[in-house]
Amino acid sequence: MKLTIPAFVGRIAFSALAALIGAIFALPLLWFLFAPFNARAELGLALPDPWTLSNFVTVFGNSYAVQALWNSFIQAVGGVILVGAAATLAAYALSRSSIPGKGAVTYILLLFSSVVSGSAAMVPIFLIISAAGLMDTHLAVILTFAGGLLPTAMFILRDFIDSIPKSYEESAMVAGASPVQAFFDVALPVIRPGIVVVVVWGFVNIWGSFLIPFILLRSDSNMPASVAIYSFYSEAGTPIVTLLAAYSLIYSLPVIALYLFVSWKFGFRFFGGIKA
Amino acid sequence: MASVEFKNVTKSFGEFTAVSDVSFDIADGEFVCLLGPSGCGKTTSLRMMAGLETPTSGHILIGGQEVTHLHPKDRNIAMVFQDYALYPHMNLADNIAYPLKVRGEPVAQRHARAKQVADVLKIGHLMDRLPSQISGGQQQRTSLARALVYPAKVYLFDEPLSNLDAKLRLEARGFLNHLQRDMGMTAVYVTHDQAEAMALATRIAVMDQGHIVQFASPIEIYRRPATTFVANFVGNPPMNLVEVEGAQVEGKLALKAEGLAIAALAMTDAIGKALAASGKLTLGVRPEHLGIAQTGATNTITAPLFANENMGPESLVTIDRGDSARVTARIFTDDHLDLSKVVTLRFSTEHVHLFDSTGKRIPALGE
Amino acid sequence: MTTEPIEAKPKKVRNFALLSNRAGAAFLTPAGLLVSVFVIVPFFWVIFVSFTNRTLLGRTALNPEFVGLANYLSLFDPATFFQRGQFGFSLILTTQFVLASALLGQALLGLLLAWLIQTVPPWVKRITETFVIAAWILPEVVIGFAWFAFLDRDQGTLNMLLEGFGLPKGDFLLQQPFWVIVVFNTWRGAAFSMMLFNSAFSSIPPSYFQAADVAGASSWQKFRDIGLPLIRGHIVTDLILITMWTFNTFTPFLLTNGGPSYRTELVSIYNYRVAFQDFQFGKGAAVGVIMMLINLAFALVYLSIGRKKKVR
Repeated sequence: MKLTIPAFVGRIAFSALAALIGAIFALPLLWFLFAPFNARAELGLALPDPWTLSNFVTVFGNSYAVQALWNSFIQAVGGVILVGAAATLAAYALSRSSIPGKGAVTYILLLFSSVVSGSAAMVPIFLIISAAGLMDTHLAVILTFAGGLLPTAMFILRDFIDSIPKSYEESAMVAGASPVQAFFDVALPVIRPGIVVVVVWGFVNIWGSFLIPFILLRSDSNMPASVAIYSFYSEAGTPIVTLLAAYSLIYSLPVIALYLFVSWKFGFRFFGGIKA
Repeated sequence: MASVEFKNVTKSFGEFTAVSDVSFDIADGEFVCLLGPSGCGKTTSLRMMAGLETPTSGHILIGGQEVTHLHPKDRNIAMVFQDYALYPHMNLADNIAYPLKVRGEPVAQRHARAKQVADVLKIGHLMDRLPSQISGGQQQRTSLARALVYPAKVYLFDEPLSNLDAKLRLEARGFLNHLQRDMGMTAVYVTHDQAEAMALATRIAVMDQGHIVQFASPIEIYRRPATTFVANFVGNPPMNLVEVEGAQVEGKLALKAEGLAIAALAMTDAIGKALAASGKLTLGVRPEHLGIAQTGATNTITAPLFANENMGPESLVTIDRGDSARVTARIFTDDHLDLSKVVTLRFSTEHVHLFDSTGKRIPALGE
Repeated sequence: MTTEPIEAKPKKVRNFALLSNRAGAAFLTPAGLLVSVFVIVPFFWVIFVSFTNRTLLGRTALNPEFVGLANYLSLFDPATFFQRGQFGFSLILTTQFVLASALLGQALLGLLLAWLIQTVPPWVKRITETFVIAAWILPEVVIGFAWFAFLDRDQGTLNMLLEGFGLPKGDFLLQQPFWVIVVFNTWRGAAFSMMLFNSAFSSIPPSYFQAADVAGASSWQKFRDIGLPLIRGHIVTDLILITMWTFNTFTPFLLTNGGPSYRTELVSIYNYRVAFQDFQFGKGAAVGVIMMLINLAFALVYLSIGRKKKVR
């Protein structure tokens, strides 16, 4: 096929515009490609000379910083296990049982989950956690996120399960399987990609969150990386740039890795309202 | 193997009645096809036999045992699904052996049995593959193997060939016919394809709007369709139905319609009864019983030519009687038919079917 | 060969379903409990607290008193309502922020990007998508710090570029804090709109556009006459969702702390300051109630649109 000259010019202009926008999006992040590897990094964009891992060595030597990454991990994994298990069971029930009032439950959940945001409900969440005696514990963050992320996780999974033919479980039952066998042998393995998506989504959400741990946790030993990162500020309140840069990169790595994993495994399809 | 019995079975979904007061018996070793258009209740009937739907009222018996409210797993039946329902995470061996696994058979034994069945179905060399790695025809045979791997009382088929292309479908149909002859299994087979039903069934139940319209052998249904609905559904192309005005003239039945010339037919009591209700009758002639008329033919129908389709061994000649009332003849010739603009088709009165004004068959003399 | 012995007394199935009602209820219980405690209870609790003078510390932390509408009256006090650092100022600021950064910024930029990447070569598409999505998925504190560095008055990348083009440097966080968070939020959230519109565009059969190509339509005409009308439903969905998210976002706090002098104090940040810096839980709860009412209005619109779609 031959392109006419205006069409050809148009196509080049489109590409140039797309590339320009991509570049503008990249600009604020460029700094992170260099500063972590520069022992004398400042806020300006500069090529490291020489490239070094010394900033990372300092970060890993800081037991508080390492502890914070571990805390982030505990909170994210704990939350994700709760969300994954509870959402899978609930979504399966919403999709496959004929419980009366199913539609109403779905509607109410959808409504509440979009009305009760973390920033609107910070006061009652704080009060509930403190009434339950969970203040300043990992469990406080885990439970709060499990409750908050569950409605969306349930809807993503319910849509996923709805799209799976019922004949999978039906054929298993006709062949002699009990409902429990059909669920574990057939349904669960078929739903697994949906669960992986929900788990990754939940992990990224909890891992990156700031506000909830910020108001629910107090002691340094429980702080996740998102809050602990503010310890890399000097007494005067100015950032210690070298450490911040290296720590930010380490802290971002799981998110980047999960993004690459999902886009490799599922082609990063668009799956609904991704962020809470 | 076992018999299947429906006693006054009704199934409603809210306002909609899918199956309405249906009763029938399927004897041990029969291959019964439930045939009808979509929404006629055939799949719902099958799913009630499987236990995947519970009747609103009525009773279902398998092998003389009441199963109406039994869970599917407790019925000891086998079923092949329209979409095959092969488990994407299990290889063929595990898929086929799954019914044996839930019956608690040891791994070695169940895999040996699965291999044995798979070999019969010519998929024994694919046992390590996943369902996504084999062709559609092979997937169909895998789902069949999973149903055949254990001795069930009844085998249920829900349009199992509808996802295959035309050529594979013929092949699979032939294989199922062979299997039925071999095993003598009791089978209930749902389809909307009349050719499939004709080829496979020992008896066909033609369903329409939740009712069984006719339950008889394929030959009976072809030769003596109970209603215009059955006549129109079975046969390809379907039976030509011509609306005619009937009247008793000199002790015989005279039929009148635009372009139709037909000798008076012998009166019977049944015809008399139908005429008493209404003179509006329907005359049915199968396409294969129509020919191109030579001059002097007595029973004919004449109208402008609409289409002349040569299919190789036969030609389909369609004439248009206006208002989309078309009549098609199936002419067995591999020659090109040279036809004029107006065509006259002939038939013999021994091949005509008569239906009364409600669409019910009027039995011919001696039926 | 084995035969399955029919159990002596199999349970009666009243109405077959893949999951019985009892099992379904059991499956729903864990999620139901968690959501009740952390989503539904907070909704009602916050209403209750907003009518008290509860504080974080001191006497009223343990024994809060019922104060009626006092918290609401102080929020809507006409004498101070529009002053900086007061609720009215914050609400108007948030409205402007939502209009500029979500409805104009994210939606328009997302739409433009989604349309552009339909036609550009795959490698340009991949690179552009990667950076836009990176801005969206990276943790918010990292993004906050990246922008802090980017905007730094003396060494920041932005000022370095401006200098390179011969333009004057600026301390944008001090001079134009509102526009900084608008651009920041546009940058941060455009990926969602881009991906939603991208999936909407790809769901249109290519033959529609090819038919237009054959008829000689330009890219702009194809966008206006085919692309846009066919994704109208997606646009409405997108606008409502990003409005709600932007209205509730707390992320700009990480860049500006709500300052300087309350000039970027969105309602979410105002809520945080009142409750956790001034320790007035009652008043903070009242802010929460008003935020939830606004959320509720948007959610009802969204759900009614979703319902109409299902009916159709």
